[in-house]
Amino acid sequence: MIYEGKQKIWKDYQKEIPDDHWYYVRSCIRQNFFPASERKFTDITQQMLGKDVYETPYHTTCGGIAYHCDAIPQETVMTIVARQFALMTEAGYENYVPSCVTSFGNYVEILETWHEFPELETRIREQLWKACRREFKKPKYLAHTSDLIYHWRNEIAEKARVRLIDKETGEPVRMAEHIGCHYAKMFPSKGIGGAEYPYVLAGMIESWGGQVVDYPERRHCCGYGFRQYHMKANRGYCVSNTHKKFESMEPYGIQAILTNCPGCCYFMDRWQYVIAEQTGKTYGKDGFGIPVFTYEELAGLVLGYDPWDLGLQLHQVAVEPFLDRIGVEYDPKAKYLGLNREDILRPELPTNLKCF
Amino acid sequence: MTDFGFKLSKSATLDLDKADTGLYERLCSLEPDARICMNCGSCSATCTAAPFSGMSLRKVILGLQRGQDVRPMLQGCMLCGKCSMVCPRGINTRHLLLTLCRIYD
Repeated sequence: MIYEGKQKIWKDYQKEIPDDHWYYVRSCIRQNFFPASERKFTDITQQMLGKDVYETPYHTTCGGIAYHCDAIPQETVMTIVARQFALMTEAGYENYVPSCVTSFGNYVEILETWHEFPELETRIREQLWKACRREFKKPKYLAHTSDLIYHWRNEIAEKARVRLIDKETGEPVRMAEHIGCHYAKMFPSKGIGGAEYPYVLAGMIESWGGQVVDYPERRHCCGYGFRQYHMKANRGYCVSNTHKKFESMEPYGIQAILTNCPGCCYFMDRWQYVIAEQTGKTYGKDGFGIPVFTYEELAGLVLGYDPWDLGLQLHQVAVEPFLDRIGVEYDPKAKYLGLNREDILRPELPTNLKCF
Repeated sequence: MTDFGFKLSKSATLDLDKADTGLYERLCSLEPDARICMNCGSCSATCTAAPFSGMSLRKVILGLQRGQDVRPMLQGCMLCGKCSMVCPRGINTRHLLLTLCRIYD
């Protein structure tokens, strides 16, 4: 093997990520699933890393969820996106970072479409002007938030208070990474590592001390697939995909899963409960499930944030065995205390999936 | 078991190591032409019975290679022989089907 040659080839799979000055837009659904993730992204980047990450309360959904559910046409989505870009332009930023993988895919698809069909871009500009008297510049750089955490992963590792090391054995924690389909499967050149060797999450795990575990269905969809879930008649297909992934990863002793897509994280976490209720099977040790984390949550754990401030009590699968494994300190009694330390009530426990 | 209003679908994964291909091998020993089928589907495209009965010779051969039961499809064949006229490999498909029926009997 010629090492320099390999390095040269690998360069083709990288993307340029500016180190600072980002215009941040949140996901429309993430805050309902894992409410602290996006807040912690701003805390980590602005306060801990001292970066300029700006957000405005005036932004809306990107329209991607409705587009992929076949509920609205692409031209409508383009006008929504044009307004988002107008807000970025008005704020004086050129680097655009959405928190949702589908948003990221949506923005990439639209920018590529405008590149191929400039007349369409002109029409959207006209529509935006007629609708809300706004104008926009296209972003100079577009990245997903996981790209930024990947870009700053070594800075996070330097500030780490906890490493992804099994406290008892001293071995790296065995982790699977799952990348959302809309990240690089549609436009491989826009993701780190492309669609063939996506490295965005694997890089984080390795930098923070863990071990990335491969398994046959690693690149399989989580099952969400928009219409598969949103139409109840198709929901069995949705959970069957997730089941296929978990059956595939079962022999490899995976202790946690890291995801970068709102839907993937939600469904790989919640469907473990449904699978356990329907088949009686659980995939973690001693009747527990395999915890599924967002990259902000994992970064937060590594940086020493309180797990309940990271919103880990809202995961279906109990995270406590994983926290014990890597040596994160937490107060079990504080699990269901909200931000104002008031009781947020306890959920009903599942029949087959062990939870606290 | 909790009723969610939906449930896990049966996996469509084929485990060829576990598939019983005895019937396919027997067919091939009696009709060696079965091995040269490339599954192009010309036979199915021209089949008169296909739109009404679900008959597809392509699926029949593929099913045998996968160890699946193909008898329900065979019952839809009218033995018209159109498929043998269009087969690019020149397989006597009508004869092949009759041989398969004899194996099942």
